[in-house]
Amino acid sequence: MSRNLRRRYASWTSLVVMYVLTVLALVPLGLVLWFTVAKGLPSVIHPQFFFNSELPPCEPKCPAVSNAGVGHAIVGTGIIVGIASLIAIPIGVLGGIFLAEYRIARWSNWVRLASDVLVGTPSIAIGLFAYAFLVVPFHHFSAYSGSVALAVLMLPIVARTTEGAVSLIPNGLRESGLALGLPRWRVSLQLILPAAAPGVITGALLAVARAAGETAPLLFTAFGAHILEWDPGMPMQALPLTVYKYALLPYKSLQAQAWGAALVLIVMVLAINLVSRYVLRRQIALAGQL
Amino acid sequence: MADVRPWSDEPAAVSRPELLAVQGAGVTKLKVEDLSFFYGKFKALNDVSFEIPEKRITAIIGPSGCGKSTLLRVFNRMYDLVPNSHAEGKVMLDSENVVTTRKLLELRQRVGMVFQRPSPFPMSIRDNIAFAPRLLGWKDKRIKTAVEESLERAALLDEVKDRLGDPATSLSGGQQQRLAIARCIAVSPEVILMDEPCSALDPVATLKIEDLMATLTHDFTIVIVTHNMQQAARVSDFTAFMLMNPGGRYGELIEFAATADIFNQPQDPRTEAYITGRFG
Repeated sequence: MSRNLRRRYASWTSLVVMYVLTVLALVPLGLVLWFTVAKGLPSVIHPQFFFNSELPPCEPKCPAVSNAGVGHAIVGTGIIVGIASLIAIPIGVLGGIFLAEYRIARWSNWVRLASDVLVGTPSIAIGLFAYAFLVVPFHHFSAYSGSVALAVLMLPIVARTTEGAVSLIPNGLRESGLALGLPRWRVSLQLILPAAAPGVITGALLAVARAAGETAPLLFTAFGAHILEWDPGMPMQALPLTVYKYALLPYKSLQAQAWGAALVLIVMVLAINLVSRYVLRRQIALAGQL
Repeated sequence: MADVRPWSDEPAAVSRPELLAVQGAGVTKLKVEDLSFFYGKFKALNDVSFEIPEKRITAIIGPSGCGKSTLLRVFNRMYDLVPNSHAEGKVMLDSENVVTTRKLLELRQRVGMVFQRPSPFPMSIRDNIAFAPRLLGWKDKRIKTAVEESLERAALLDEVKDRLGDPATSLSGGQQQRLAIARCIAVSPEVILMDEPCSALDPVATLKIEDLMATLTHDFTIVIVTHNMQQAARVSDFTAFMLMNPGGRYGELIEFAATADIFNQPQDPRTEAYITGRFG
């Protein structure tokens, strides 16, 4: 009887410990969300925050937010990440298919190793690379160079998730295609890839979310700007740059802008992540049916 | 292993009238000569020789691991997907040596394959069949007739004609397998290889596939690998019995004969032991 009691006691204790640890793990996430929402909301509730590009008027006499906004940073993030996606997603997807479909090739081991190393590379180093190759030779900062830096960052993420999604497709599908007398590359691209599409899209979305939140690669490539800029050949503002620069300044109104920009960024990344989870669940269901 | 060719064996043919008809139709479609197969250094098949007659159903039976699937996969070079594997000997498809041919894609169009799992493509029923013809560059009109014709011949048209646009995954297991057969015959193969096509199906669906196979022999040579001896007895005209050599650990052809002979008067004691259920 006492042994039984001891067991129950041990079971309860470990359960409580587990719950406590889970809550502890969630605390940082909760705090980040709470602070960002609480501090960012006052800026975000004004619609002009999303469209205007003016700086808030200066301290100390003026109100925190008038018609100031980070429209230029939102547009900039869209353009920079968009161009980065155009570069990284096609290359990454093709690379991922190569890794999954031709896994016997010795080449693919090298490619896999290279992409793993690239995932672990500090993003500031990638930014430095883009600076040396695309900023220094042209003598000015540009959104293009920022896009290239982000593309390098996205590439391994897209490639490895594509590989994962393609590997999930049952071998029978591949064999059925080949048995019809179709060339291997057509089976890979026109049969396997569409079947793996949801997984590939998930990878692309995750890479976009990751790139959208990166600051370091943009510091000395896209550099930032105070005006709305559409030309990717010019320096351009991005949301993480807004956060980084304004948060460090001693003006309350600019700090409010930074919190607002951070909130926009977090909501964006969260939304992308949620969509990608949904798409991934569909992929797993689909692969189960084949 | 000697050349085994039951339908041209004179005394047998004379003593069993049902084989006379076979002898008349007995054109060899696939001639396997001294075929050995290796996965790397491991020998999976040793010196297999026999002849598969045209527009007949030939069953390959034997216990697990005897190399019957491997043998089937040599016939359309599916083994190319396995790294470091290679075949020695000859498999003559009419006048083309399958083992050495450079026209791999053409070979696979001539020798189609149906697998254990139907693997419907993740697209509509219609597109499942139209997929390969489209990639082969056929004209729309030809594709349209091919879709209907192959569904008809696979005995599936009546069940699906009102919902050709539905996803193929919505079909039942038996229907999916008939769709796989339709997909295979859409590109007009000469030989259809079937690797345990019914092992995942219920008895009713199995019976439908077996009936279908019988009608398909009007146009196609069928080679079926099956675990199920009753199935081999029901559907096939000829049966090859394979076994793993206990010493060499490789698969061998033990006996090849008309199905009735294999099941009624096997020549080899090992065949008899297997079909009477004493092992395997």
